[in-house]
Amino acid sequence: MTLATQLAETKAISPGRADRGAAERRRGLSSPAWALAPAGAAALGLALHLALPDRQPSAALRPFTGLLAAMLAGSLAMAALGRTSGRPGAWARHRSPLAAGIVLTLVAWDLLTLKLAWLPLPYFPGPDRVLGAMWEDREALALSAYHSLRLLACGYAAGAAAGLACGVLIGWSKSARYWGMPLLKVIGPIPATAYVPLAMVMFPNAFISGVALIGLAVWFPVTMLTSSGVADVPAAYLDVARTLGAGRAHLIFRVAVPAALPSVFLGLFMGLGAAFLTLIVAETLGVSSGLGWYLKWKQGYLEYAHVYAALAIMSLFFSGLMTLLFKARDRALVWQKGVIRW
Amino acid sequence: MVTAGIEAATEPSSLHLREVCKTFRRADGAEVVALDRLTLDVAEGEMIALIGPSGCGKSTLLRMIAGLDRPTSGSLRVGSQPIDGPGAERGLMFQDPSLFPWKTVRRNIETGPAARGVLRSHRGEVDEYLRLTGLEPFADSYPHQLSGGMAQRAALARALINHPKVLLLDEPLGALDQFTRMRMQDEVVRIWRARRTTTVLVTHDIDEALYMCDRIVVMTPRPGRIERVMDVTLERPRHRNDPRFLELRAEILEMLHFAGDEPAEAEGVAS
Repeated sequence: MTLATQLAETKAISPGRADRGAAERRRGLSSPAWALAPAGAAALGLALHLALPDRQPSAALRPFTGLLAAMLAGSLAMAALGRTSGRPGAWARHRSPLAAGIVLTLVAWDLLTLKLAWLPLPYFPGPDRVLGAMWEDREALALSAYHSLRLLACGYAAGAAAGLACGVLIGWSKSARYWGMPLLKVIGPIPATAYVPLAMVMFPNAFISGVALIGLAVWFPVTMLTSSGVADVPAAYLDVARTLGAGRAHLIFRVAVPAALPSVFLGLFMGLGAAFLTLIVAETLGVSSGLGWYLKWKQGYLEYAHVYAALAIMSLFFSGLMTLLFKARDRALVWQKGVIRW
Repeated sequence: MVTAGIEAATEPSSLHLREVCKTFRRADGAEVVALDRLTLDVAEGEMIALIGPSGCGKSTLLRMIAGLDRPTSGSLRVGSQPIDGPGAERGLMFQDPSLFPWKTVRRNIETGPAARGVLRSHRGEVDEYLRLTGLEPFADSYPHQLSGGMAQRAALARALINHPKVLLLDEPLGALDQFTRMRMQDEVVRIWRARRTTTVLVTHDIDEALYMCDRIVVMTPRPGRIERVMDVTLERPRHRNDPRFLELRAEILEMLHFAGDEPAEAEGVAS
């Protein structure tokens, strides 16, 4: 079946056909062939990796051989798990095509670089060299990741706290809105990174100016969405709470803020994205530590394997934080229709 | 009966409205008189209905009794106390149950005691109200998981747990289907008879007013005025097919020009 017909099949909306399409798709993705695909891809990759001669210098420890072996073992375990019933088994069946895709991508990367040398060095090192760089420079990378995390955590916490406070104030109080909104409209849209020249002279050290920049980047979306969430709380909730004897504090913190939470979380997500961007810019421009700084330092020496290693760690690190925030939101908004998962 | 536990902790109170006027300014600057010198007394423990076509100001009046709106002129008192802003002694329930969607049924019912800082001593009562309204199995459900009738019962329990001196019901059953609605009417009457809370019911439904209330205040629109106050002396429990019930019903329809032999004058009137 070509991709086009497959798409047509899955997108068929007419009743009956849609059901059949979904059933076929399910069957297609969980068939025994798919269950063994990751293991097959890993075995193929390992065979090619061992059989073909290297056309580029490889890392001393040959870590990619180990990774391929580990992936082969993992894929076999996954295939075995997929044969069991229950949730872990279903998860393994659902994820095995994806796992196969990931393994194949790594194998293709290995072939294009180390084995065929179709991509030029030093800009495109193979997975072997990147893994080697990661291992060899593990202390500096761990320290950089720690510094990045510390700066990000301080900046994000400061920005989110300030944003929540300002957002509630502007959303609730008319006079705060009168004075606050114009200020927000003037300051907010400027990217926080534009303040780098200012931040470097305004604060006693690079760490504090980094915190300030990230905080500013987070503060704007959090303030904006918190205030609109609080201002848009249905009047009926507030009326009912008033007739139940609620005072101002109760109205703000027990009615308006919980009702505004979906909007607040939107602000927190946007803030996190802005925080990542600002973190890396701040680290490459002023702060002399962290993953962004490491990236620029290694690029200066044309050590691209290290650059990719840092990028890979950054990706894990950022997507992990995003996932954490998603989990927090799902917990806090369990009452929302459609978000419910027990 | 479970109602034994919910004897009124607060004495019900009378309600006095004197020459109450309310004017709104429309967007084009024109003044609209929503209520025109309305005077009404409601005795302690009485249940009265406000009926009339849309635009006769019945909801506006209810919001003013609740303290959510202020009259342009005139005075409103609960007992001898002038009404000055909303308070827990006047409970309000809307047509939309307006349950807080982020709270479970139990937490919704707890809102009043929690807001007044007396939740600790009222926990047992929350269970009683859950039982009273038949919501025990749904105590930990969220509002979107409830049916319309269950949501209204939760909203009723939330209003009643505060032991209001006056209970204000703004078309509380308007959005329910006919069967749930009749069942809820019985439920509200049963609780009211146990508690004897002074109750003002705004409704579009003449049968509902006749079935539930001691007096019916018929209002006319633009400006909102009292057309007539009618005593309903039928003994309780009432029957919807009682000939005297049907007689009173015909009389009210006549008053509102809906008897059928002449064209209706007032537009925008719901059943």
